[in-house]
Amino acid sequence: MFDIWKKIEQAMHLNPSSTFRGGVVHTKQYKITASSAIISAPIPEQVILPIKQHIGEPCEPIVEVGERVLRGQMIAKPQGYLSVPVHASTSGTVTKIGNHTIPHPSGMGLTSVFIQSDGLDKADESLHPLPNYRSVDAVELRERIRNAGVAGLGGAVFPTFIKLVHDKQNPIEVLILNGVECEPWLTNDHQLMLEKSHEVITGMDVVMSLVDAKQGMIAIEDNKPDAIEVMEKALVDMGLSSSIRVEVLPTKYPQGGEKQLIQVLTGKEVPAGRLPIHIGVLSLNVGTSKAVYDAVCLGEPLTERIVTVSGDAVPRPANMAVRLGTSMSELFNYCGVERFERIKIMHGGPMMGELMSSPNIPLVKASNGILAMRQSTIMHSHYDEEPCIRCGDCADVCPAGLMPNLLATHCKDNQFERAENYQLFDCIECGACSYVCPSHIPLVHYFRYGKGQVAQIQREKSFAEESRIRSEKRDLRLAKEQAEKEEKRRRAKEKKEARAQAEQETLEDTVEKKKESKTVENKT
Amino acid sequence: MIFLSSPHMHGGNNIQLTMFSVIVALIPAAMVSVYLYGFLALFLLSTCMIVSLVTEYIVLRMMGKKTGRILDGSAALTGLLLALTLPAAVPWWMAVVASVFAIVLGKQLYGGLGYNPFNPALAARIVLLISFPLQMTAWLVPMHTGAMFDMYSPIESLKFFFLGPEGIQQTWDAITMATPLGYLKTEVAQGVSVGEALFNYNYSTLHAFIGHESGSLGEASALAILMGGVWLMARHTISWHIPVSYLLTVAVFAGVFNMINPDVYAPPLFHLLAGGLMLCAFFMATDPVSSPSSGVGKIVFGIGCGVLTWVIRTFGNYPEGAMFAVILMNMATPLIDYYVRPRVYGYKRGKKS
Repeated sequence: MFDIWKKIEQAMHLNPSSTFRGGVVHTKQYKITASSAIISAPIPEQVILPIKQHIGEPCEPIVEVGERVLRGQMIAKPQGYLSVPVHASTSGTVTKIGNHTIPHPSGMGLTSVFIQSDGLDKADESLHPLPNYRSVDAVELRERIRNAGVAGLGGAVFPTFIKLVHDKQNPIEVLILNGVECEPWLTNDHQLMLEKSHEVITGMDVVMSLVDAKQGMIAIEDNKPDAIEVMEKALVDMGLSSSIRVEVLPTKYPQGGEKQLIQVLTGKEVPAGRLPIHIGVLSLNVGTSKAVYDAVCLGEPLTERIVTVSGDAVPRPANMAVRLGTSMSELFNYCGVERFERIKIMHGGPMMGELMSSPNIPLVKASNGILAMRQSTIMHSHYDEEPCIRCGDCADVCPAGLMPNLLATHCKDNQFERAENYQLFDCIECGACSYVCPSHIPLVHYFRYGKGQVAQIQREKSFAEESRIRSEKRDLRLAKEQAEKEEKRRRAKEKKEARAQAEQETLEDTVEKKKESKTVENKT
Repeated sequence: MIFLSSPHMHGGNNIQLTMFSVIVALIPAAMVSVYLYGFLALFLLSTCMIVSLVTEYIVLRMMGKKTGRILDGSAALTGLLLALTLPAAVPWWMAVVASVFAIVLGKQLYGGLGYNPFNPALAARIVLLISFPLQMTAWLVPMHTGAMFDMYSPIESLKFFFLGPEGIQQTWDAITMATPLGYLKTEVAQGVSVGEALFNYNYSTLHAFIGHESGSLGEASALAILMGGVWLMARHTISWHIPVSYLLTVAVFAGVFNMINPDVYAPPLFHLLAGGLMLCAFFMATDPVSSPSSGVGKIVFGIGCGVLTWVIRTFGNYPEGAMFAVILMNMATPLIDYYVRPRVYGYKRGKKS
């Protein structure tokens, strides 16, 4: 009876603090790799490391072609504040620094460092482990986490060190560890929690002592009962169960979104245009926590991550520990995919992931999973867009509280001011609206188009503004120069006239004098 | 066209499924109408649905659109809904006119599925009501058998359907009766109290709920409509917002005024079970195309429908106001969608970026 009431409550959004607004429940989760142990992928012969694997400014390569590098050696140093370095993921020789396709839907390229592996996998030991992290200075810890190249491994790859500020005005009260993993197919976080629970929790403890957070929460959805059990046991074993607790959440997409998770756990919303830190919350992915542990307690920079290799075209799907820079095709070959005809490759989960143009793309820090799907199972290949029947299902499931159908209409018709009025930029692109749309409208596609167009318009506007100011300045300068010239000319003229007059006067004077002298002479 | 943008998964819902589940939900109401009006109901239902489908096909053909669209079920649903709002006494040509009007002027002229500002079936029904008031307010006595007119005999029904009452040598008065709403309206206008009028009419709440009162085909049985409506809500084909807010508003208004003066204002339960209110609340007002998209907007829409329905029934010229209320609120839908929006995450209510 109570269960039924709870369901009714959820369906009617009566209890907003225990869940987030909207969302969808996937009828099938496809988590076929849920119980398969992490396999270490073979070290590839060549790794390709793009110089930008995070959100922010790209790095600058600091190695030369022909140089020998060790595993964990920094090969590209950060530029600017919002940036973390890139490290060699295996030992070998730098063979090339040049353009290579990166995981991006446009198939665009970026400067990358190519390393030919020597097969020895020798590690660089310049970073010494700091097992007594509690006694280490916060500034040093933060610098260490940055130098180890740690960025959010849930997929957003926001540089982690930026979040770890110990600010008196905005003290962090709660640290949320995100083990929700709400995307279908993906199981990398799940498996990581099962196998590396102590490491994950230690990483969490490092961050908690660094930012002085009093309370920790590990959020796990109830479709992963084994992970809940393992994490609870690990907390008891490590004696942290008083400060950190496991929160079991009902399975719903997109619960793993940072804003949604914060709303679920704390009942607070992150105010628009601000960061979670402003409401005293810090959230980390479990993978990031493990990377923090590696960086601090083991002194290992981020060179490896857990990747789910799955999809309905993969004969032997697996969770794999993969060196960054490994080519996707190598992993798929390892898992039994031989040919890539009529197969679409997806980087990330099916709800928010991107389709890749070719399998020869290196894995980066953001790669939480790669999926090889038969073309026939991909949504858009067998549905045509039909007219919107305004059923409002999209508005029901939108976790941001938008009205996707109207928003999409405005984006489609290039009415971007209207679209912004309908809060286009508050869309988190979770894809729940497209998932439920009975007319198969690619709503998120239109939102991305709209956002891109608005950004382009703003760029053009600011460019036009700049050139207007420039041209005004030029006009002003020219006018000033002109005025100066005139002034000069006028002065010169005046001078000339004055001189002429003076001459005239002197001439007259002399004539007069002469006359006078003449008369004087005459008189005399 | 293949979009390469995420998401790459789909929940499996589609327009056809939505439309056909509404059609399935209307089957109980349609069955009740056949039970009450025999072959007449059958003729009306089939005429409206077939003519709607044929018109839709012709119009799609003329406009050079994909004719496969008629399979999406929306035209069949419009025909079915239209038939259920018509009185059983409607002759064949009016059914045809109404169906053609619903599809051509109600829907396709605006651009087809998804673009019609009004519920096409209701729009067509209102046109009929205003143009042919006699036939549209002639309510046959339900379950009419025997010497005068046997609705369960196919030949007599056919005669009536094509030739009207003259075809069976009858006058309108002999085979029709008033609906509870209409009877109450005229009696109260003459100074009779509500209680007395209902007593004279032999009104019974149970009968009105199960479905023995005269009226349009689909409005007889509140039970049959509730069955379909609740099933649709459970399937999430329609949301709870509009029916609940609509019916609650009518009940609240009727209840408050009934408490103030029970002689003039009918009780809430009477209002809820009488006329086309249930049909409108569950199947007409919830038409996705012509109702607001957001949950809050739907509640506003439902309240508006409720107020208008009660006001028209109580103070207007027509005894039944549900369909006028829905059509009027259809007009307000773009406005509601513009001004009543859900609160966006991270913003305080009422504040925009």
